[in-house]
Amino acid sequence: MPTPILRKERLIPGKTSKLVLHAPEIAAKARPGHFVMLRMSPEGERIPLTIADTDASRGEITIVYLVLGKSTALLEALEAGDSILDVCGPLGRPTKIEKVGTVICVGGGTGIAAMHHIAKGHARAGNHVVAVIGAREKSLLLFEKELMGFVNELVVCTDDGSYGRKGLVTEPLKERLEAGGVGEVVAVGPVPMMAAVAEVTRPFGVATTVSLNPIMVDGIGMCGACRVSVGGKTKFACVDGPEFDGHQVDFPELRRRLAAFREQEAESYDRYRKEQPHGN
Amino acid sequence: MATEASAKKVAPRVEMPCQPPAERRHNFKEVALGYNGDMAATEASRCLQCKRPTCVRGCPVEVPIRDFIREVAAGNVERAYEIIRTANSLPAVCGRVCPQENQCEGKCILKAKGEAIAIGRLERFVADTHLAACAAAPDSCPSETSETQAKGRVACIGSGPASLTCAGICAAAGLEVDVYEALHESGGVLVYGIPAFRLPKDVVAAEIAGLRELGVRFHLNHVGGRTVDVADLRKDHDAVFIGVGAGLPIFLGVPGENLVGVFSANEYLTRINLGRGYDFPEHDTPPFPGRHVTVFGAGNVAMDAARTALRMGAESVHIVYRRTRAEMPARAEEIEHAAEEGVEFALLSAPLRFNGDEQLRLTSVTLQKMELGEPDASGRRRPVPVEGAVEDLETDLAIVALGTRSNPILLDATPDLARTERGYIEADPETGETSIPNVFAGGDIVTGAATVILAMGAGRKAAQEIVRRLGGK
Repeated sequence: MPTPILRKERLIPGKTSKLVLHAPEIAAKARPGHFVMLRMSPEGERIPLTIADTDASRGEITIVYLVLGKSTALLEALEAGDSILDVCGPLGRPTKIEKVGTVICVGGGTGIAAMHHIAKGHARAGNHVVAVIGAREKSLLLFEKELMGFVNELVVCTDDGSYGRKGLVTEPLKERLEAGGVGEVVAVGPVPMMAAVAEVTRPFGVATTVSLNPIMVDGIGMCGACRVSVGGKTKFACVDGPEFDGHQVDFPELRRRLAAFREQEAESYDRYRKEQPHGN
Repeated sequence: MATEASAKKVAPRVEMPCQPPAERRHNFKEVALGYNGDMAATEASRCLQCKRPTCVRGCPVEVPIRDFIREVAAGNVERAYEIIRTANSLPAVCGRVCPQENQCEGKCILKAKGEAIAIGRLERFVADTHLAACAAAPDSCPSETSETQAKGRVACIGSGPASLTCAGICAAAGLEVDVYEALHESGGVLVYGIPAFRLPKDVVAAEIAGLRELGVRFHLNHVGGRTVDVADLRKDHDAVFIGVGAGLPIFLGVPGENLVGVFSANEYLTRINLGRGYDFPEHDTPPFPGRHVTVFGAGNVAMDAARTALRMGAESVHIVYRRTRAEMPARAEEIEHAAEEGVEFALLSAPLRFNGDEQLRLTSVTLQKMELGEPDASGRRRPVPVEGAVEDLETDLAIVALGTRSNPILLDATPDLARTERGYIEADPETGETSIPNVFAGGDIVTGAATVILAMGAGRKAAQEIVRRLGGK
């Protein structure tokens, strides 16, 4: 049964949107940290996307994506009232949410959406939540308003200084860690950002959870495409994760594995863009 | 019965036409082309019609083999189909992928006199003829009607051979059946695992369509243990059958295994079969291009992966196996087909490590040469390393086909389900019932990785018990 799109909010025109889907069975079971696998067309590939929010009482889940290739471009071409061919989930292990006092949630780019769901879980558990979010420039910043609704502290960074602090999220993170009393750090965003966050927290000895986004095919443990090295052991992100101890993750390996199909992905996307009547 | 065999002279078995190796190694069309009506009738007439047929004892689902072959010999193919369907919901599949030589044909009395009757090929002929007739005139193929009085609802988790068989028998007995499949297509391993050149996808789709006509409802994108769990399903179903397969791939555990270019057979085959990667970029799931391909393992899955890699354009494909060809677990026919197509065998070799470049892309595999030593617990001679005999094999795509272990998703979500020491579901060998009343299990999630037909046999046993409990015959 295709999954209807109830609402679409264009967050960064042409690049990133928020879709609210009518998926009552998934909404009933989804917890922060879970993801779904989607397929947009009968010829399409299955792609994983983190669930950014849920409303079980209304049977709704929210996803947020960054247009990176053909599959996400197909998703961006859909409007409210359209349906997504396949939505499968919830998948992965939910975030371990415990009362630890102060939790710093760091989000970068589209990862802020997923981080927001985890931060919400920590807030509900009674933790003091500090959100540190970053983007290249002001227009690319997501979920600021939503986070303001429940976090205790919010720090915004932009690379170009067009909004909030100029610079990377790691700077305010370090300052906040130096201030002390931090029980856990959660980071969701691009691989280099998560790797940098793990390096900043390491000397402080603060538990650091990262949410990984390796290539997946089935998302249910069958293929092993999503294997990541954590503490020298191979883990499957789809059944053992997607969240892992950031101090143990082999980030360079993850980055290389994410690039495994780069040529084919580029070929697919170029072809799709040429087929579009107005270009893209 | 030996007298029955010796009473007649045994004619040679009718060969089945195949695509020539040089041609088929470049396409995904079916390798074995099937009998025509004359071939089938000739082959069927070789059957001795034993009074006490031994072949049936070799069949995990107990197809009335003698009876259907009699009808084929007489030209009554549709009647033959009806006879097969009393025991087997997926005859077109089984006719293609069952290890017949070890099962029905292995028990055939003619085997002693030369060649067993080609039961698998005849089963395939009957099923294909039926499916072709249905495709040509859908109205002339009414769905079967219930003969029993069973009433109730059954949920099957997974849609591979075990669940499909269970669903088919329950539905034919009048039960309402819901099948929950995690992927976007039904069929399980028949769809994601077995390549089209061995089992065309339209054959699987046609047999599944037959189950839909019986009233079976398929719920795709429903992960057992995530979207739906056993506790939920028990609330609105009288019985639950778990047929989720084994799933989780086993890796070699040697250094370099996470280099770009090292794949599990599951991933490699899923990209190409379920994702139609052979049709990239018309389909979006990219296959991984490999010039020099190395496959680890020697079962049917390894053969499938190796032959698929050839068809994807590899210049060389090696199967690396630590024993000899005689010990390979794959079906003889699959090994022969692979060799004919150009797959090479690096026998008595075991991987030591994968080597890569600075981009972490696979460039070669270091192999340890082995020799056969003393017999081990399995009775087979144990391969032991030949000291100092190490060599590098150039490879940019490695496929690990060493089998699978139990997938944790459903098991973790169902803590009260008793498991074996090896982590599979504990089920009554006679009925398939688990430690939870009216919850049954069968197939790879009970036995560990096995064959399609053994999974079907388990699905059938559970279905018969479910039907009996719900008031049927």
